[in-house]
Amino acid sequence: MADQTFPIGGTLDLTPPRVARKTFLEWMHEWVTTVDHKRIGLLYIWFSIIFLLVGGAEALALRIQLATPDSHFLSPDTYNRLFTMHGTTMVFLMGMPFLFGFANYIVPLQIGARDMAFPRLNAFSFWLTAFGGAMLYYSFIGGSGLYGVGNAPDVTWWAYAPLTSRAFSPGHGVDYWALSLIVTGIGTLGGAINIIATVLSMRCKGMTLLRMPLFAWLMLVVSGLLLITITPLTAAQVMLTIDRYLGGHFFDTQAGGSAVVWMHFFWIFGHPEVYVLVFPAFAIANEVIPVFSRKPIFGYPAMVAASVGIAFISLGVWAHHMFTVGMTSVDNTFFVLSTELVGVPTGIKIFNWLATMWGGKIRFKVPMLFLTAFLFQFLIAGLTGIILSIAPFDWQLHNSYFVIAHFHYMLVGSIIFAIFGGFYYWYPKVTGRMMSEKLGKWHFWLMLIGFHVTFDTMHFVGLMGMPRSIYNYDASRGWAHLNMIVSLGGAVQGIAVLIFAVNLIWSYYKGKEAGNDPWDAWTLEWSTSSPPPVYNYAVEPEVRSRRPLWDLKHPEDPDWSYE
Amino acid sequence: MSATSIVPNAAPTGEWNLPSRGRVAMFSLIIGECAIFTIFVVAYIFYIGKSLYGPTPQQVLEIPVFGTICLLSSSFVIWLAERALERNKIKLFGAFWALTLALGVIFLIDTGFEWHTLIYEKGLTISTNLFGTTFYSLVGLHATHVLFGIIGLSTVLIFTLLGKVREEHCERIQVLALYWHFVDAVWVVVFTVVYILGR
Amino acid sequence: MNREWLRASRRTGIATLSLLLFSCRAFAAGPQATPSIFAPASTPATDISHLAYFVLSVVAGIFVVVGGLITYAVIRFRDRDPNDKREPAQIYGSNQIELAWTVIPILIVVVLFLTTARMIFAIQDAPKPPSALSVTVVGHQFWWEFRYPKLGIVTANELHVPLSNHEQPRPTYLKLLSADVVHSFWVPQLAGKTDVIPNHSNLTWIDPQQPGLYVGQCAQFCGVEHAKMLLRVYVDTPEQFAAWVKNEQKPGVQDPAVAEGRRIFETEACMNCHTIRGTAATGRFGPDLTHLMSRDTIASGAVPLNRQTLRQWIEEPDSMKPGVLMPAMKLSDQQLDQLTDYLMTLK
Repeated sequence: MADQTFPIGGTLDLTPPRVARKTFLEWMHEWVTTVDHKRIGLLYIWFSIIFLLVGGAEALALRIQLATPDSHFLSPDTYNRLFTMHGTTMVFLMGMPFLFGFANYIVPLQIGARDMAFPRLNAFSFWLTAFGGAMLYYSFIGGSGLYGVGNAPDVTWWAYAPLTSRAFSPGHGVDYWALSLIVTGIGTLGGAINIIATVLSMRCKGMTLLRMPLFAWLMLVVSGLLLITITPLTAAQVMLTIDRYLGGHFFDTQAGGSAVVWMHFFWIFGHPEVYVLVFPAFAIANEVIPVFSRKPIFGYPAMVAASVGIAFISLGVWAHHMFTVGMTSVDNTFFVLSTELVGVPTGIKIFNWLATMWGGKIRFKVPMLFLTAFLFQFLIAGLTGIILSIAPFDWQLHNSYFVIAHFHYMLVGSIIFAIFGGFYYWYPKVTGRMMSEKLGKWHFWLMLIGFHVTFDTMHFVGLMGMPRSIYNYDASRGWAHLNMIVSLGGAVQGIAVLIFAVNLIWSYYKGKEAGNDPWDAWTLEWSTSSPPPVYNYAVEPEVRSRRPLWDLKHPEDPDWSYE
Repeated sequence: MSATSIVPNAAPTGEWNLPSRGRVAMFSLIIGECAIFTIFVVAYIFYIGKSLYGPTPQQVLEIPVFGTICLLSSSFVIWLAERALERNKIKLFGAFWALTLALGVIFLIDTGFEWHTLIYEKGLTISTNLFGTTFYSLVGLHATHVLFGIIGLSTVLIFTLLGKVREEHCERIQVLALYWHFVDAVWVVVFTVVYILGR
Repeated sequence: MNREWLRASRRTGIATLSLLLFSCRAFAAGPQATPSIFAPASTPATDISHLAYFVLSVVAGIFVVVGGLITYAVIRFRDRDPNDKREPAQIYGSNQIELAWTVIPILIVVVLFLTTARMIFAIQDAPKPPSALSVTVVGHQFWWEFRYPKLGIVTANELHVPLSNHEQPRPTYLKLLSADVVHSFWVPQLAGKTDVIPNHSNLTWIDPQQPGLYVGQCAQFCGVEHAKMLLRVYVDTPEQFAAWVKNEQKPGVQDPAVAEGRRIFETEACMNCHTIRGTAATGRFGPDLTHLMSRDTIASGAVPLNRQTLRQWIEEPDSMKPGVLMPAMKLSDQQLDQLTDYLMTLK
């Protein structure tokens, strides 16, 4: 629509597409050797979708086991492996690749660049991540059968020492875990450096930092945060590997080493990691909520400041994962305060999204449905986070199912919901076709119901004293009924995700033609064709405000006149 | 295809200068590396005096004065090389660059001798005690970075000898030099922690 | 079975309902089968539950206000007429409003923080009264060792502590140590959890106000059988506790009728890991069995203790707790019977 109405033809590639069919090998070769940021972005996204399904299947197996008391569906070993792999997969192989996928595809388009700053580093980072993921799952081969081949790690995804030492974890499970996280960590570092360089050095003319879309801003902040959080993890994994292979004593409590040091190192990475995962969700919300409310984001500078603020404070809160470790009361008090302070910039974000919707004309298409649910669920996740920051309360709640419920509210209720919203929002740009609204609505409502049945209930199981990581519980504890409900909700979510997968494939072939700008949006990516040509923009764009396409569509009332 | 700008009546923006992507990336890498070193340094400091059995740093460590002087002076020499390239004195650049490389190699060899003495004469290996573990890890981590730097420096030196390096490569050379400065600066921290604080 | 199921249902129902209503009254008394944190029976747990009610009400208040505003916005500002292409008023922001919703959360944080800080110091730095009982808890992979240094008692998995009350407090101070990996000591009705970390001693305390059996379990993943590293805390009246101490202080029973069983215990590998005071067995790797039969359960609370379960446990520990570190000793049926007979005398 927009391309006919407005004179932005200069950005469009009018050459007819090549019609010759490629052979499978040619096609494979193109994808494997590609350095195009859009293709690498898609590779990342495919990678994450696959691991979303794998990790989801693992979660369902865990839920079948826990649905009934004293169940024998999985052996203890298998259960422990599956929940370790579920956690590791969802954080490192699903969450972070989604981040890089979206960032790779959209950031260069949004800032009017033709590619990332370092296209080959980009490909290298992806293939490292892919290799790390493959290596982690290779550990499954052989299970506990083929001796010497290895077995999946079974030490939880936070892998507290000294359980990970050779004495308590013989075999190679932990080695695969540590090495694959080092490898994906290096890939992540490469990706983060690339995004920072792209955002700082590749912006089109006129796009000052304060005119940049908030999506790109958040990707910049998250990449900066990754630089200083993924590296401590890599360092800790190197130490663990030294312990396991060279006989080092970093975490060897028999030789004076400290188990608590591992906890500190892990959570110095582990807590900011939560923000690393949730920032892409913020980024998507910052794009979708304004467009579907038909208003600019409320308080842009405050949003930028809040993002930087959250990233900054998040570096000083890690020990709230360690309230039960026996720190001094002064230490505990400090981490209570720092953790609660995160609530302030987070609150600013929620209020700004609310104010963006306030007074708008909200169109409830599928992306906005997901983002509205995100807003609610993120609010609740934030509030249970405040609850967990109250150290004495946390002494009870820590490592209970309340914590599981809390962070799944964050990871599923906020991040996955926002990512689904982002899928429906940008799918037309990527493929040139709309995703089915009908299937999308089924997907949304089933996901919403399943999510709440599962995770709302889970809070109560935690308050009733059920700890995490247990493969089995006795009927006398009275947790059985609620656990059954939790598992049923999990099944509903599974169905919803399958509908989503069907929708992805169906819409690719049968979806409605999207045109360049199906949502009547305002950022640069909607000015080029769908899907965008390899070089993105035939002429490098130039912008004068935060919403270049608004200026274009409303010459009588352009944004730049207010800046 | 028309060459109209995407936004009509865009105000003339004048000069549009963005930071060099090479420098941004190198600074990012350095920030990330700083975090890695911080973790190892913190572990080293935390474990000072916590070994349950010897040998202790006081018994076996000797201050590597020569290596340190070599490495730190190389930072100055590489700066001279950068200046030389800026003034398009390629030969001078090559000489300074080779000297930097030589100083780096000498540092590594010095570390190698130090380790050899520690392992074969003083009986300190990475698995001996906590001191051994943290010492070899931290110093080894730094030595690994020196090694990577040397690989980078050698690549440039080979290109220089082949006559491929010209004034326009100044920017890239400086980005690489930035890494070398970082490796030197980290040595100041490692040296202070290991040979002064820890002894 | 069916009735059990129904009763369990009712219990869950009641528990959930009371949690939903945040009513502490329903739980005020005594030990529960479901160890809810809102059924406190000891000062730390009670204090925490009071703080919890306060925090939950603050948080619920915030949720009602913000959630209500979002709901209002969603209903009020939805696009009613898709054909109306006019755009709404474009509002870019307001510094006054931003300031307001920065300051209000800060005030809430200050209130929460001060309340929390007070509670942290009150619980964590509570002075230890001279009347307190000291117990050393040692976490092992998949079982608990309890040592009473002043009383000379060593037992496992079932912790006996005296009843305390506000007039004459007799709290129990637990020193937490680990023999191998990180565990966590958690009896929800008595206190929050404290990690049990090797090479890092921790302290926690309880002062149970109601007698009875309180259940809990290890709350930090510690290996394959983490799920069956259960905890049982018996809160005894002063008389019960004195009787229990008296019995535990005695050496193991020497019954000549089961001398053959004892011989097997002392000649097979049993004695490498287990202690029975008064015999040659002084192993420290497994639970002390001197007064095995004074306990209600084996396998760290996972299995009720009787002749049949004990025999099965010795024959094949993996059948009850797969992955347990105790090996099957491959004894003959006769040896098993004799050994079980012997152990059954260790009252």
